[in-house]
Amino acid sequence: MSTIGLESWAVDLAEVGPVYPFQGWEVAMTIVGVVFWLGWHRIQYLRENEHLKNVRDIGDKEKIAKALERY
Amino acid sequence: MDGNLNALTTIFTEFYYWVTVVFMFLIHVGFCMYEVGVSRRRNHMHTLMKNIMIIPLVTVTFFFFGWWIYWAFPNFPFFGGLNHEMGDPNLPWSETMGTNLSDRITGVFWAAFLLFSWTAASIVSGSVIERIRSSALWVHAVLIGSVFWIIDAAWGWHYEGWMVKYLGYHDAYASGVIHAIAGGYALGVLMVLGPRLGKFAKNGTPRDIPPHNPWMVTIGIFLIYTGFWGFYAACNVPAISPEAIGGEITGTTWTATNIYLAPTSLSAITFNFLMSLSGGLMAAYVVSKGDAFWTFSGGLAGIITASAGNDLYHPIQAMIIGAIGVVIVYKLHYWVERRFKLDDAVGAVAVHGYSGVVGLIISGFVLWGAPSSPFEGYATINPIGQTLGAVIMFFVLGFLPGWIVAKMQNAAGALRIPEEVELQGLDYAEHHTYEDAKSEIIEADKAYLANK
Repeated sequence: MSTIGLESWAVDLAEVGPVYPFQGWEVAMTIVGVVFWLGWHRIQYLRENEHLKNVRDIGDKEKIAKALERY
Repeated sequence: MDGNLNALTTIFTEFYYWVTVVFMFLIHVGFCMYEVGVSRRRNHMHTLMKNIMIIPLVTVTFFFFGWWIYWAFPNFPFFGGLNHEMGDPNLPWSETMGTNLSDRITGVFWAAFLLFSWTAASIVSGSVIERIRSSALWVHAVLIGSVFWIIDAAWGWHYEGWMVKYLGYHDAYASGVIHAIAGGYALGVLMVLGPRLGKFAKNGTPRDIPPHNPWMVTIGIFLIYTGFWGFYAACNVPAISPEAIGGEITGTTWTATNIYLAPTSLSAITFNFLMSLSGGLMAAYVVSKGDAFWTFSGGLAGIITASAGNDLYHPIQAMIIGAIGVVIVYKLHYWVERRFKLDDAVGAVAVHGYSGVVGLIISGFVLWGAPSSPFEGYATINPIGQTLGAVIMFFVLGFLPGWIVAKMQNAAGALRIPEEVELQGLDYAEHHTYEDAKSEIIEADKAYLANK
């Protein structure tokens, strides 16, 4: 058993196509990849919301004025 | 070079490796920038010199004996003697180790391996900044760069290496043979060297020592990424015929191969390099809660985790493996820091060492049963072989030598700088010389102007 479909390199390379593991599972792998990507956006969005909310609560006029001076 | 095709192939191969060497120089530039950026102002020049001098010291020793080790040690000492047939043409006094019109490949191939050696030494260099004596680090640089990594390359990164034959060890882009060993070696040295003053509070809580120049650190790591492209290309044989390989492959189709002479393509590794970089960056951003430096290092860790199998993975597999590796490595870094009071200034043990180990183990499962070599009788890739390989790389050839040599240096009082110097900064003397020279020349100019 070999995950790439070849157990040895005793082949004619002219007749070999894909050699990545788990051929036939490309659609499933794509779904996993897309879930990873969308999940990243979801986590990042929620964290950014929380961060902006916290930062907004911290600022008073004096601090904001100092931040403006820093440019 | 008989015949036009042979001549073209030889010149192409020569030029190919030469380009990879130039690209890989950027890895060292990146490491220097990263280290200096991370260090505090009072240690800049020493930090830079410590890393720069790795270049000549590892280069000359790699010429004198490192390159010979690679060719002579594939089965030595456990499964045979020294291989004199392959080793002798790579001794420093051999005719092929110089200008020789009947051999146009040895020089560029030697250089490609040499640049890997610099990288291995430079990984160790970053973790120990601001308190190790340069003399001590340079001994470690020669040992990791011209002895231990090249022994592991002979065993596990050579088409005749015993680890490949008997364990089915597969490590196409050096998760283990460069990164795990260098991370393990750094850990061994760090265990003896101890943390920088002030790194841990009295109750053991670690303090952050922020980089003095974040932008320098950023550009440094981006240069490392860039050089990593060259590293990947350098790990391949660009074009070779089945006849020249001399293994089991039939037919007449030429191919690029990995270092084991098993088929892959530059296209495959380009897919996988970028997808594992991306998986690493995305996972690191999430797990570090957007910490810039961990995110950048996570990109590197993602590539390193996927590197063992990036010649064969599907791009989505490379992305997911890179992401998984980063999460494990990040958690492990902070656990080890708290538990063992370990001060790794640049996170090298984690980014290189743990990523390499995790990457090897994962590849054993994902590539289970795939042929490790085009030659008959070699074990196929398997989880046990990859795990044993990870132990050999990280612990046996990395951690143990680093720890033993550091212990000897420590016993001789030759490992760490004095506490007073650490507080004043390694550049204290240079700063004073600089300031004195500056005031002297300003006074001289003023006096000249006054007398005019």
